[in-house]
Amino acid sequence: MSYYDFLFAIEVLVGGLLSGVMYSLVAIGFVLIYKTSGVLNFAQGSMVLFAALTFVSLVERGIPFALSLLITFAVMVALGFTIERTVLRPLVNRSPMTLFMATLGLSYIIEGAAQLAWGTQVHGLDLGIDDTPFEVGGILISSFDLLAAGIAAAMVAGLSAFFYWTRIGLAFRAVADDQFAALAVGLRLTRIWGTVWTAAGFVALVAGLLWGARLGVQFSLSLIVLKALPVLVLGGFDSILGAIVGGLIVGASEKLAEVYLGPFVGGGIEGWFAYALALVVLLVRPSGLFGQKTIERV
Amino acid sequence: MTFFSHLRKAAIATAFVLGATAVHADEQYFPLQSYRVGPYAAGGTGFFGGFIDYLNLINIRDGGVNGVKLTWSEGETQYEVEKGVEVYERLKSNPGIAAWNPLSVGIAYAMIDRITDDRVPLITINHGRTDTTDGRVFPYVFPLLLNPYSETSGIVNYIASKEGGLDKLKGKKIVVLYHGSPYGKETIPIYELLSQKYGFELSQIEVPHPGNEQQAQWLTIRREHPDYVVLRGWGVMNPVALKTAQKTGFPADHIIGNVWSNSEEDVIPAGDAAKGYTAITTQASGEQYPVVQEIVKTVYGAGKGNLEDKSRIGSVYHNLGIVNGILNVEAVRIAQAKFGNRTLTGDEVRWGFEHLKLDPARVEALGAKDLFHSINVSWDNHEGDGYVTFQQWDGKKWNVVSDWIAPDWKLLRPIIEKSSEAYAKENGIKIRTAEDADAVVSN
Repeated sequence: MSYYDFLFAIEVLVGGLLSGVMYSLVAIGFVLIYKTSGVLNFAQGSMVLFAALTFVSLVERGIPFALSLLITFAVMVALGFTIERTVLRPLVNRSPMTLFMATLGLSYIIEGAAQLAWGTQVHGLDLGIDDTPFEVGGILISSFDLLAAGIAAAMVAGLSAFFYWTRIGLAFRAVADDQFAALAVGLRLTRIWGTVWTAAGFVALVAGLLWGARLGVQFSLSLIVLKALPVLVLGGFDSILGAIVGGLIVGASEKLAEVYLGPFVGGGIEGWFAYALALVVLLVRPSGLFGQKTIERV
Repeated sequence: MTFFSHLRKAAIATAFVLGATAVHADEQYFPLQSYRVGPYAAGGTGFFGGFIDYLNLINIRDGGVNGVKLTWSEGETQYEVEKGVEVYERLKSNPGIAAWNPLSVGIAYAMIDRITDDRVPLITINHGRTDTTDGRVFPYVFPLLLNPYSETSGIVNYIASKEGGLDKLKGKKIVVLYHGSPYGKETIPIYELLSQKYGFELSQIEVPHPGNEQQAQWLTIRREHPDYVVLRGWGVMNPVALKTAQKTGFPADHIIGNVWSNSEEDVIPAGDAAKGYTAITTQASGEQYPVVQEIVKTVYGAGKGNLEDKSRIGSVYHNLGIVNGILNVEAVRIAQAKFGNRTLTGDEVRWGFEHLKLDPARVEALGAKDLFHSINVSWDNHEGDGYVTFQQWDGKKWNVVSDWIAPDWKLLRPIIEKSSEAYAKENGIKIRTAEDADAVVSN
């Protein structure tokens, strides 16, 4: 391998890791809800679309950036509480499959509502972050992706601190451990679920802004859930750290596979390679690399 | 109930029947499998908006085509094949169907056998399977203006013109970045053929659907140092390609987009990364063309414009819809000249399409000079030798940067015939003759 080839491989790896962080951003939204309510929220992608579309539509109507951000966050809070009140609460104690199907339906409703409210046009989203690459030791690095990675890292740190050092975070963990025990000691499940959906809405907003700046704000934003699913399988559905590590593994491996294995099998393997990897992990470690093992007394 | 009330009801019923008969006699109907919601709604609203705007212009300004009013109704498909077929089943029994215009490769494929049985034309402007150009095998399918092979040839000819001639292509390196779908893969053999013919080095790289991640592909492109990248994309793949090209340091003005990578929706999300990007088109964008001006004045002036957002008037998809409207209406007009100014059967309209010859003078008379070049459809050439031009994005609008360019039809025709004849053999289809094409079912 020549020095140039070695540099190229490093460049592919770094690019993959940075892309992986973007997948993690979406995956964290899933983890938050799964961790506290056991629901695999398939609507997370639609929430990303809804948040980004709301934000960009407000900005295009002349509302200042910061105010648009605030209004969009308020809308996501309202959406979170509405979902909890109208969908989750009536379905409490139903099977996980029922809840999953409910979020699948919810996904379509949110997508439709987003288009109904803000129209079907494609929007550009400029966050004012320069996206020209810079060179480090012969390797091109995207400044935008680097910043996105920084934001993701800050969000993980913030969420971890929130979970471990605040009272409500403690309550979240209690609910995640055992809902009935949490209820027995006086925790208000409905309020916690409402709050956690709000947190997922906030994550969706951040992911929506960063992905929207990357892809443009359009319907396809909701398809980024397809990138988050193998991340969750790899990292575990209930681990924020797992979402990050899973994202890095998926991002790096799919890029390396596309470049080095793709030419031997006709190319275009990036789309399914992450799923193949997730399947292998599923067979070896069903709860993912960082997921909590389910132990049942029989 | 009194005698007079019976009489009044009978009179109303008679008037209704007579009226209905009269309406049927004077109407030509277009069933529209449109998509105004879902992932491709931006393209659907623009195209069907332009099409309907032109039909409205003909009705308002001219009172229809020679007195025959144009009517239409829409069914939402969300660009999904099963919904497209469902809409077809729902609308096919309406009287006086002129032609189907689904603007979807998948829906069009699913309809080929059905519309052939119905004897109604299926228009796939700028898209569809290439071998449907051969009217000997596909009598009712019309990939008007541009099929994928002609598009490929047009792009290579344009690159050659930038380099100083076809002979200058030798030794150049071209990468084709294509969407991982049957649509994206359709041109693989023709690029290989042109590469061998003109001696340019070729690499074709697939982007898996939907194309929202392309880091690996663009790093590979960077390593190969091509002179040009041809972007054969669709939907979100296009702006992501432009943004990732910027990230990997590839210049936008050396990326040439195909006909489904040429709209405002493809470049606006890419922001500054799209500046200098060039794409092929069969119809120019902008509002300055007389026919578009007339639509603004007559249709939007009367409050009947189809686009909610008027800033989209003259956009790529809107103008494509207008051109599609012109071609459909002129086919009806040509068929009327032979069969009479009345509601035509689908087969009569098919005959009209097979005689659709609009030279530049006629295009100018229709108010579309420089909007599109010309068309020359015949019973065995259903594409009609459309010319192409190239437009460059300056960050705000598209600007035409080339003359009208002719694809290499002579080179392509034998390949198309080989494919269509194989299809005919496989499906037991009798190859039509000119006499067969002139036999028209009028009831």
